[in-house]
Amino acid sequence: MLGRLRGMLIKEFIQVFRDKRSRFLLFGPPVIQMLVFGYAATLEIRHIPTAVLDFDNSQVSRDLLSRFTASPYFDVRARLNDRRQIGELIDRGDVTVALQIHAGFAQDLRKGRTARLQVIVDSSVSNTALIAVGYVNQIAGRFSQDYQRERLFSTSPLVQSQLPSIVLDRRPWFNTDFDSQWFFVPGVIGNLILVMVVSLTAFAVVREREIGTLEQIMVTPIGRLEFILGKTVPFFLIGLLDTTLISLVGTLWFGVPLRGSIGVLAIGAILFILCMLGIGLFISTISMTQQQAMVSGFFFNMPAITFSGFATPISSMPEFMQWLTYLNPLRYFLDVLRGVYLKGVGLDVLWPQMTAMGVLGLVMLTISVARFHKSLD
Amino acid sequence: MSAAISTSELTKRFPGVLAVDRLHFEVHPGEIFGLVGPDGAGKTTTLRMVAGVLTPDSGSATVAGCDIIHDPEAAKAHISYMPQRFGLYEDLTVDENIHFYADVFGVPRTNREQRSRQLLDAAGMDQFRTRLAGKLSGGMKHKLGLVCALIHRPRVILLDEPTNGVDPVSRRDFWRILYSLLQERIAILMSTAYLDEAERCHRVALLHQGRILFCETPAELKTHIRGAVLSVISPEPRRVRAALGGAEGVLNALLVGDGVHLVVDDAASRIPELRTRMQAAALPFDRLEEVAPTIEDLFVAATSETDGSRT
Repeated sequence: MLGRLRGMLIKEFIQVFRDKRSRFLLFGPPVIQMLVFGYAATLEIRHIPTAVLDFDNSQVSRDLLSRFTASPYFDVRARLNDRRQIGELIDRGDVTVALQIHAGFAQDLRKGRTARLQVIVDSSVSNTALIAVGYVNQIAGRFSQDYQRERLFSTSPLVQSQLPSIVLDRRPWFNTDFDSQWFFVPGVIGNLILVMVVSLTAFAVVREREIGTLEQIMVTPIGRLEFILGKTVPFFLIGLLDTTLISLVGTLWFGVPLRGSIGVLAIGAILFILCMLGIGLFISTISMTQQQAMVSGFFFNMPAITFSGFATPISSMPEFMQWLTYLNPLRYFLDVLRGVYLKGVGLDVLWPQMTAMGVLGLVMLTISVARFHKSLD
Repeated sequence: MSAAISTSELTKRFPGVLAVDRLHFEVHPGEIFGLVGPDGAGKTTTLRMVAGVLTPDSGSATVAGCDIIHDPEAAKAHISYMPQRFGLYEDLTVDENIHFYADVFGVPRTNREQRSRQLLDAAGMDQFRTRLAGKLSGGMKHKLGLVCALIHRPRVILLDEPTNGVDPVSRRDFWRILYSLLQERIAILMSTAYLDEAERCHRVALLHQGRILFCETPAELKTHIRGAVLSVISPEPRRVRAALGGAEGVLNALLVGDGVHLVVDDAASRIPELRTRMQAAALPFDRLEEVAPTIEDLFVAATSETDGSRT
């Protein structure tokens, strides 16, 4: 038994580490992707390309527009004097937002009437559009408040000083600066491990099927558990090594704090990798060719990442989908990653997630092993 | 003496086709037994069932004393199976491949070196031990496959079209190794689509649509072809067949790749006759000569014979 398993492991390790390129492919791309995603994956919306049309061209309108120019959220790219230019700029994607100030804007304000600021927004990217309109609202609101206070001050300073207002006292826990990298980097760790371990495992078995060695192996005394262990142990170790590497990039390069214990993170990673090995093996039992394995892998990876809470909160998903996410190991691993990294919580809080991953992993591995037969039927 | 392989009523059905139909045959230790037939005759399916990787729909098979249907794993320690594409790991070296199969079959480390040197020597490959299997020539790969398959001294060897696409030199080494095994009382069951290869077997079974037509020695097999086989190379084989099919002394006419094969009662007298006939009919042809019968010729002869006996 041990001799056969040793034979399998020696062979697998030789194959995995034989040439420089495959060695690089195991560890290079995850680290590179971590760097790329760490920078690119962000929910913050800044530098929204903006066009302005100022038909009023007054002291007041220029004051309002300068607030947009000064804001980090807007990047005024064009100052137009013809309405028709807006459509063209938005069509070409040159600007997302166009602000139009009507003639008589300053006069309306002076006379105490409601003045209008028109916002034209490209809402084909709905989330960005929504947030952009929010920022416009914030800037315009602040402007209008300042204008009102100024007017009040010039007529009755006493009343102005007694004007009540609510001030927000923000106390963000865990991520004081609302740094979205801190939110994304732990999530990217989960995604990368998912894609790496599932594809490596699925391909390793299917490749043997495709080149015909699997048929050969079936007519040997090797047990299916020996074969499966031989196939999964190397990728289990590679998965752990990849987790370590990209976690180091997250902490050392992006400065995401690791507040909790490395031990808890390791337990979570081990359980999660077991789940992914189970899924990779399952894909290999339903795929005859590497192409089929690739498509099946894709069929799992995309929904697993989308329905994990990686980028969009699970609480905004339809209820049915929310139930489905309980079957998604990545959902639990993200809880563990963010919990350990940012909140610094331990097993006393994360035990339900750990248990869920343990159960899912066990079920998936059992199904896959049961589906793997030493026969061609 | 008990048989190393014995099957009875072995049957396998795939959707829409009866691949193997109630096969009954025995292979004895020290014997090379050939399953001969064209593509789709059921050779590979039979070998896979005997190897225990495909479950028959009905019937039984015993290999090396183990019931392959109820306990396929028991026999696997004694079997060696080489599928058409032998399962070599092209990214492993010759030695690494051998060590892997030795580990899997539980060959003790002490015997391993001696056994593999002996086999590699016989295959003429001892200077390639550190070369990657993928960098070997086609014939070398086949021989390495055989070496891996023999490392554990199996009692039964199953070979699926083993020398398909192998150069003549490697083919000769291959057969030399196989014959040397017979002294160790090993039973060999192989499939082939070539008659010259079938002739190297002790006994052959002619398979046609999953049934055994004949099971006899290669010499007996050839007696099914009465007379001689002539080959006509022609750009218009259909017209040639139509013109010569019914000619006197022509027993059978079969379209082949680049012409027509004719079975005639006597080659010496018929060749000039047929040549005149084709020239008279203005049929274009490049060559008309006697050739060694191929498996297709044998089939046409054998199937027409059995069809005849049925009616």
